[in-house]
Amino acid sequence: MTLLELDDLSVTYRIASGEVPAVRGVSLTLDSGAALGVAGESGSGKSTLAMALLRLLPRDARVGGRILLDGEDVLAMKWGRMRAVRWAEASIVFQGAQHGLNPVRRIGDQIAEPLLVHGLAKPDAARRRVTELLEQVGLPDWRARSFPHELSGGQRQRVMIAMALACSPRLIIADEPTTALDVMVQAQVLTLIKDLVAEHDISLIMISHDLSVLADVCDQLAVMYAGRVVEHGPSREVFHDAKHPYSKALAAAFPTVGDPASRLAPQGLGGDPPDPMELPTGCSFHPRCPVALDGCATMDVELWPAGPGRNAACVHVQEAS
Amino acid sequence: MTETQAATEAVSTVRPTLLEARDLHVEFASRGRRARAVDGVNLAVGEGEIVALVGESGCGKTTLARTLLGLERPTSGEVRYGGAALDYSSKALKAYRRQVQLVLQDPTGSLNPRHTVYEALAEGPRIHGLPDEREVVATALSRAGLRPPDRFFLRYPHELSGGQRQRVVIAGALALNPKVLVADEPVASLDASVRGEILALLLKLREELGLSALVVTHDLGLAWNIADRVAVMYLGRIVESGPVEQVLTAPRHPYTQALMSVLPESPERVVLTGEPPDPTRIPGGCRFHARCQVLASGRAAEAGVDGKCRSELLDILPAVPETQAACHYAAR
Repeated sequence: MTLLELDDLSVTYRIASGEVPAVRGVSLTLDSGAALGVAGESGSGKSTLAMALLRLLPRDARVGGRILLDGEDVLAMKWGRMRAVRWAEASIVFQGAQHGLNPVRRIGDQIAEPLLVHGLAKPDAARRRVTELLEQVGLPDWRARSFPHELSGGQRQRVMIAMALACSPRLIIADEPTTALDVMVQAQVLTLIKDLVAEHDISLIMISHDLSVLADVCDQLAVMYAGRVVEHGPSREVFHDAKHPYSKALAAAFPTVGDPASRLAPQGLGGDPPDPMELPTGCSFHPRCPVALDGCATMDVELWPAGPGRNAACVHVQEAS
Repeated sequence: MTETQAATEAVSTVRPTLLEARDLHVEFASRGRRARAVDGVNLAVGEGEIVALVGESGCGKTTLARTLLGLERPTSGEVRYGGAALDYSSKALKAYRRQVQLVLQDPTGSLNPRHTVYEALAEGPRIHGLPDEREVVATALSRAGLRPPDRFFLRYPHELSGGQRQRVVIAGALALNPKVLVADEPVASLDASVRGEILALLLKLREELGLSALVVTHDLGLAWNIADRVAVMYLGRIVESGPVEQVLTAPRHPYTQALMSVLPESPERVVLTGEPPDPTRIPGGCRFHARCQVLASGRAAEAGVDGKCRSELLDILPAVPETQAACHYAAR
């Protein structure tokens, strides 16, 4: 069953010097209980996309297209309904766990806040729920009385996840949830997210620039470049056998240790991500593309079929099919 | 002379040691206690060699790097460069810093936003009174892959992309013609597609200029990409070191094994519980024993070394190029 559907979503920021198209026509669907990874580098529009889902964008952003959450149009919701949907139906985990928590309030009170604000529990029941949530994210219940500074980075990220789970949402959006964490702590947090999603039948959208992490956690992967999805498909297939040259480069950026091909041979991509105000003509990836053809500078690309359940926006894919 | 000593020397004649930590200890006062951030480290970087120093935050790897640069004074032990102990007089340190240069993680934070690329790069040569400043700056920029260099002279950091900024930082280090780069997480703040380019640049500099590098990182993929040798640090000590191919394909220390196992794609995960312990409270016996999966699973007991793990201190690993691990179980 489809839980979330994005139909031709676009986000444009209006700034003094003009308009910045950050997301340019993205269509994706997410089934309930499924996990979707959105990959891309800074400026690709992946975080803007995440914020748009819960209408958390600043006022100067203009959103077009449709976002259907459980059949309901998010962009058409009244303000009160929107507030009810946040936390209760969909919640978000940001990357900077240290900035997401109030430094002068106890952890337990902060986890209970969405429950009380949404009227989902009375104070007593909320306290019990906090204990339950702390246990789910692997923290002892006496941590409810701690302040954020008494916790390590990994523990704070667990608290953020507990908050996101508090109102039993059906969708969690995790924006680079492990970026600032160490490898071992990252593994702990990823395992936690995977288990919670599986046990509670929650849908997940995870955003990262690390394809290997996304392939590990998510079923489906969408790779974004310059505000568009350039490749979409089952995550393992996209990671191991990318069809779009940009996805290939992203996958190769994090080498598999032990793979002789990457030993003393770091793989990079020349050039820099494009300025969204001066997007290249034709395929926006063509100036950096190692396999660009003459026509790529002028020809419009779209997501073409690239095997069962897969799409890629590359002229080479279109030729092959 | 025993055979192993002869073998060690044979390797060391191929790559003479340039920069070395010898029985290095660095302690700090921390909330009324002593934090043993670096607690006995032997580490050598040879000429033209790239060594990766790997570990979690709080393991002491950054303190070790800062001490090697002369930015921190060791509590005991010594830093040696070119065969002599480091002299901490300000004149000698100034000369030393021409030889050994630092590249930091965040290029945005390491560049003054109000200085042009030219000014940022000319600062070092001016301090050291090098002639032909313009020439020095231009050469450094083109070596760092910013060509043609004069196109970048008058640019400000905010006009550059993240990858270009990190190249400017590397060019700044190259301007003084150093022999060693100490790079602390050189690509951690860069985008995935740019990362490979900067790592390829470090390899190219080694090839063209014979530059040595100590790369401090928590990223084992990075070590696999560019390093000749890897040293794994845990709670102030090197727990395993050796050639990258050997250490990263057949790790012997349980800590290295755990780090490898949490890489995506790894078949079986060993997720250590807890976070790296506190350098103010280093456990007795093997410092890793409280988190060790080999001890916890009973394999150490089967091998009859569990008593040793809990109570017997391990020797500090010497600075040799061969694979070695500080572990009672691996040594059984």
